[in-house]
Amino acid sequence: MMPNAAHSVPLPKRLLGFFAVLIAATAAFAVIGVILGMVGTFVFNGGSGVTWTFLSEFPRNSNTEGGIWPALAGTTFLVLLMTILGVPIGTATAIYLSEFARQDSWFARSVRFAVNTLAGVPSIVFGLFGVGFFVQFMGSGIDGFLGTSSFGDGSLIWASATLAVLTLPVVIVSVEESLRTVPRDLREASLALGATRWQTITKVVLPNAVTGILTGSILAVGRGAGEVAAIIFVGVTYSSESLPSAVTEKFMHLGYHLFVLSTQSPDVDKTLPLQYATTLVLLGLTFLLNLTAILIRSRLRKR
Amino acid sequence: MAKEHTVKIEAHDFNFHYGAKQALFNINLSIPERRVTAFIGPSGCGKSTFLRSINRMNDLIDGTRVEGHMVVDGTDVYDKDVDVVTLRRRIGMVFQKSIPFPKSIFENITYGLTLNKKVSKSDLEEVVETSLRKSALWEEVKDRLHNSALSLSGGQQQRLCIARAVAINPEILLMDEPCSALDPISTGKVEELIAELKDTYTIVLVTHNMQQAGRISDQTGFFLMGSLIEFDRTRTIFTSPAMKETEDYITGRFG
Amino acid sequence: MSNPFRSKHTHWGEWIAEWSIRLVASASIVVIFLIFVFVFREASSLFIPKKFVEAPSLSATSSPNAEMVPETYGEEPAVAETPTSGEEGAPGQFIYSPKNPHYPEIYNPDTGLLPADIDVVPADPEAEAPPVQIGLTENLTSNVWQPVGEVPKFGIIPLLIGTAKTTIIAILIGAPLGILAALYVAFFAKRWVREIVKPAIELLAGFPSVVIGFFCLVTVASFVQDITGLPYRLNAIVGGIGLSLAVIPIVFSIAEDALSSVPKSLHEASLALGSTEWQTAYRVMLPAAAPGVFAAVLLGVGRAFGETMIAIMATGNAPLSSWSPFEPARTVAATIGSEMGEVVWGSEHYGVLFFLGVLLFVVSFGLNAITELYVKKRFIKRFQGQ
Repeated sequence: MMPNAAHSVPLPKRLLGFFAVLIAATAAFAVIGVILGMVGTFVFNGGSGVTWTFLSEFPRNSNTEGGIWPALAGTTFLVLLMTILGVPIGTATAIYLSEFARQDSWFARSVRFAVNTLAGVPSIVFGLFGVGFFVQFMGSGIDGFLGTSSFGDGSLIWASATLAVLTLPVVIVSVEESLRTVPRDLREASLALGATRWQTITKVVLPNAVTGILTGSILAVGRGAGEVAAIIFVGVTYSSESLPSAVTEKFMHLGYHLFVLSTQSPDVDKTLPLQYATTLVLLGLTFLLNLTAILIRSRLRKR
Repeated sequence: MAKEHTVKIEAHDFNFHYGAKQALFNINLSIPERRVTAFIGPSGCGKSTFLRSINRMNDLIDGTRVEGHMVVDGTDVYDKDVDVVTLRRRIGMVFQKSIPFPKSIFENITYGLTLNKKVSKSDLEEVVETSLRKSALWEEVKDRLHNSALSLSGGQQQRLCIARAVAINPEILLMDEPCSALDPISTGKVEELIAELKDTYTIVLVTHNMQQAGRISDQTGFFLMGSLIEFDRTRTIFTSPAMKETEDYITGRFG
Repeated sequence: MSNPFRSKHTHWGEWIAEWSIRLVASASIVVIFLIFVFVFREASSLFIPKKFVEAPSLSATSSPNAEMVPETYGEEPAVAETPTSGEEGAPGQFIYSPKNPHYPEIYNPDTGLLPADIDVVPADPEAEAPPVQIGLTENLTSNVWQPVGEVPKFGIIPLLIGTAKTTIIAILIGAPLGILAALYVAFFAKRWVREIVKPAIELLAGFPSVVIGFFCLVTVASFVQDITGLPYRLNAIVGGIGLSLAVIPIVFSIAEDALSSVPKSLHEASLALGSTEWQTAYRVMLPAAAPGVFAAVLLGVGRAFGETMIAIMATGNAPLSSWSPFEPARTVAATIGSEMGEVVWGSEHYGVLFFLGVLLFVVSFGLNAITELYVKKRFIKRFQGQ
């Protein structure tokens, strides 16, 4: 006999179903709750500390007073330089993967594997790589070659280079995704008109992928702005009297500043308001960057 | 009866493979100059593959392979020293879906022209007007040349794509089911256009619409499962086909 | 007859452009290779007789700016003003002290000075005796991590235990939450709820880990202590919770991808057979996406054990050989992060830290290789029959 669908489901089973959904929903909202709690804590405790003076002043008295201006500026220099170094390489790799590579070729698969591996390498290992390769090998090499002494030590340029390598996968994945949204037909139409592959890429594909490159850069900047472990030995400094005037100088960084304030300050309790305010600025910055990227991306996906 | 036309495109024992799968088997045919040649057949029969082999669009697909010869103007297009780009500039192509570039109408038409050389603005304007006139679109769009091509209707977009192909002044026009996405009125306009264009261009057309082939083509080829079953004057194919398969298809007993 | 399709101009510029792109595309491979070479190279100084290596690496670092050589965190001035620093030694280290309920105290791992009431493996009695050189292998496999002292001890066992402990806790918390949240978003949530929940959790992935670490330090630690009444404010539990916040978005987004790439037909077929929505989700879709979900967890593990800042800030950072989740822990990554800054470049300690880096790199490389080569293939096989 055919059971009547709505009424024959036994109660225990319906309860089970209810709990199955409830558990999943609870998990999702618990995560959301923690995020809101975290953001709330920082806004509540740090909100009043974020003032114009806080943003525009140098820290004073061993980082126990004053503002975060050099950290803010240092972070900006860092991510700008990182973008200049990393985004072209990431974009070129994405163009290769999406436009040139035969998907089954050995080389394309190796590149893909390398990109995924790179994405999974812990950032502290990038830090070691920065020391071993950029500072010790390249920096000292340049110094030996030019007879200078400015490159063989951690500095803005090497920290940017390290972060450029670290954020490479972010750029590649995001640019490639946007290149893939350009319809294949559009490429064929261009080629059928006698355009070369390169002309097709520069005139048809790339203009349609600008948003993707932008998203990739923004995500990379968001990642780079908050990354501490990778630059901790490659040029960041806990305190500085002035902004860096050359790429071979050391710099302050928001994330590192927070780390120093919260764990190594002579008086952590006294600087607690500073710590909250710094966190709020750092989080606000990365939050805005990521939100922008997510919004652009979701619009791109809908297209 | 029209005078005998010279041969423009010839295939000799032409075979085509997608990886391990063979899509075309020993195709032999000659396509005359300045006539409309139509290919019909059920979907997946290889007619589009054949069309795309003429201007080597299939090169873009990984793992494809050809055997035999595809000769255009006496030259095998698969020869080593053939430059695909030059080849495609002499063979225009119109696709099933109308795919204007997300640029203005004007830029769409001048796209192919300005790729490799500087062309003066007045020359460009002239080409745009001629091409649009040839594709019977001039009157409809002459006041909004700098609007986005995406603002045109489907039928207009398809005629724009024809104008775009005509603008680079090719000798051959390949059309891959150009009307399949259009309503009957737009289809009629495009068909009229094809009839006019055949005085200037050698047109090769793939269609799944038999009536269309009957209306506008001079020769018709019937493809089935990768083989060219029959190739003859359109009238012959539709009235007294030599092969049983052709007759079955024409009369609708098939596919 | 001349070939009418011969190119009138050879596209040299394009040829160069295309090959440059190919060349640049190999950058990722090159970087992986360079990481291998350079991290291994620095670590290899450990295993090669000392004199042989020290000469070049000294010349590399001690160039004109010799004062930079013992690169430190750079806290000398700041610390000089702190009253405690004289006794406690160099800054940069801290551990929970039960005496201060709110904040960790600065602690120096170099001398191994821990607050007396933390039960540590007692310092090696031999340390009192005249320095005895310990064999490297024996040293590395010992139970004591005490890198600065008369006889430096580089026992990595406590670090491995600390890493395993915090990673396991992070996965036990993060994986179920991430997977369940993914199930919810993929199958149960209404469209508008999904459009909020999904980006929100993805945003968590963008939270700087130092921010999460700080949150654990000031909020989670107190919260956990209030609930459990543990004597140690910072411990493996707090660290694990912190790491789970880094793990959740990764597990979530990869699991969600895997779940939503299960063919819709399977979903419909199951519903058509009379299963309810939740039965379909848990019994059909989740198993079908199992390889992808497994990959999500593996990548989550990779994230947890390689995370540095959260581990430094929230675990207590004490190299104890204890499996108890309620005691402080120190992970491999945190050790590199907190000691690399003050080590003499080229020294044995430096080599050991790079050796730890090699460990991290090899494990993360391995985890990624497993997901890439095995899991993805199985996932594809299931749905494309190839």
